[in-house]
Amino acid sequence: MNLHEFLISPDQAAQQQGPHSRIVMSSRVRLARNLKAFAFPGWAKKAERIRALESIRPAVEALPQMADSFAQSMDTLSQMDKQILVERHLISREHAAKSSGSGIVLNREETLCVMINEEDHLRMQALRPGLQLKQAWMAIDQVDSKLERKLEYAFSPTLGYLTACPTNLGTGIRVSAMLHLPGLVLGEQINQIIQAVNKLGLAVRGLYGEGTEALGNVFQVSNQRTLGETEAEIVERLSKVLAQIIDHEENARAMLLEKKPKVVYNNIGRAYGTLANAHSISSKETMNLLSLMRLGVDLEMFPDLDRALIDELFVITQPAHLQKQFTEKLGADERDLVRADMLRERLRNVRRPVTSPLAPAQPASPPPPTTPPAKSDE
Amino acid sequence: MICCYCKDKQATVHLTQIAGEKMQKVDLCEECAKKKGVNEPTAFALADLLCGLGASTEMEQASGELRCPQCNFTQADFKKAGRLGCAECYKTFADGLEGLLETMHKGTKHVGKVPYALQQTRELNDRLRQLQKKLDKAVADESFEIAAQLRDEIKQTREKLTEISTP
Repeated sequence: MNLHEFLISPDQAAQQQGPHSRIVMSSRVRLARNLKAFAFPGWAKKAERIRALESIRPAVEALPQMADSFAQSMDTLSQMDKQILVERHLISREHAAKSSGSGIVLNREETLCVMINEEDHLRMQALRPGLQLKQAWMAIDQVDSKLERKLEYAFSPTLGYLTACPTNLGTGIRVSAMLHLPGLVLGEQINQIIQAVNKLGLAVRGLYGEGTEALGNVFQVSNQRTLGETEAEIVERLSKVLAQIIDHEENARAMLLEKKPKVVYNNIGRAYGTLANAHSISSKETMNLLSLMRLGVDLEMFPDLDRALIDELFVITQPAHLQKQFTEKLGADERDLVRADMLRERLRNVRRPVTSPLAPAQPASPPPPTTPPAKSDE
Repeated sequence: MICCYCKDKQATVHLTQIAGEKMQKVDLCEECAKKKGVNEPTAFALADLLCGLGASTEMEQASGELRCPQCNFTQADFKKAGRLGCAECYKTFADGLEGLLETMHKGTKHVGKVPYALQQTRELNDRLRQLQKKLDKAVADESFEIAAQLRDEIKQTREKLTEISTP
């Protein structure tokens, strides 16, 4: 089946919100596994990788959880298809660069995705909207328990599951959540939080994982250590840290509204102004401004706007999703034009942000009669 | 100072990580730093980077010029890739890896999930050993009725073991 027919439409996908969706965009747990009989994918020759793929893929496809799945060898997917999978956070950028000898199996609901011959023979992940680490872990643990009956894993009683990189050794687990933290960024507390989180042995990354920028104030927090701790302990520890980050973000938002309401309104108002009126806009700027509008939704400044629309726009304004709607190949400049057209159209019925109901009592001195200055200290 | 990654250009990006008692330093040129995503301090993990750098020096010191008998991987390859070649490499390079694992992880012994079949095998093997002991004693005591019973149990346990090990 064709990928575009298979994938859930972005508007439907965006409707799936979970616990703490205000701040936690999604939860993910991935397990790294390798087969005893083959060299790790990065070292194996192509023929060996193909043999590994041929023994793994049928085992994964036969799982009851993978009924009606989308299963393909990476060489059958176009560059655009791969990029779309990256933009949906279903595969890593590293996996998107693979071709023959690597594969993907994605379930109907897009909650389970197995990358075959990425850095390890198997990188299986469970995804959930909102904060649902334990649920995601249980889902992927079941997949793993079924697979281990059919595939002989590389496992050592002392070192656990053997992985290509020693950083994943042991449990091979990476528990992560994608967080939207505009409050901490605007309040300039984000670096402090990142440092504190790093000290706990957790990693903070950008939107697309390793080595990527934190576009749109979206950060991924995940465990870094995989050996010497049980899976349950890792999930538990991350859950605790996330609960604290959520608190800090909520506090930062409340504090900003109390101490610097004008900064908040100015940022959100300008974001709306640009997104709803621009005629050319880059993907990066779009994401950063959508992030501010998402904050505006959370602060009830857009009463008639659903957060799901913002989350949908987050996805469909990205390069591959945008390109998909056009048959002719678009250059980056042309994409900026059609992106702006799309945003104007989709935000046409969204009214200007309201600030009155939530605005705290104004200080004694009345605001100047003229309109506020057009530029702050940018 | 020269970039420790490409070993070519001048290093202008200097990173230090202190994990527990150990301090590790990485010096990169601008290009390599960019490639590794170091220019965005929020977006990279030093451990990933170190996996291919500090890690390899540590391995080199400990394991000399070793080669994995299974896949022909050497620690020079590890230096280049930051990844190992196959499952057997963990035995081949065990000495060099130990220190590295200590700095990287909470412990050096796996305490998490164990594949069910393996766990079963372990339990059945323990049971076999116990039964065998009992059998030896029964034979020595000339309690042949008990010995016959034990022999049956041993046979059953062995059958279960082969059942598990053949998928």
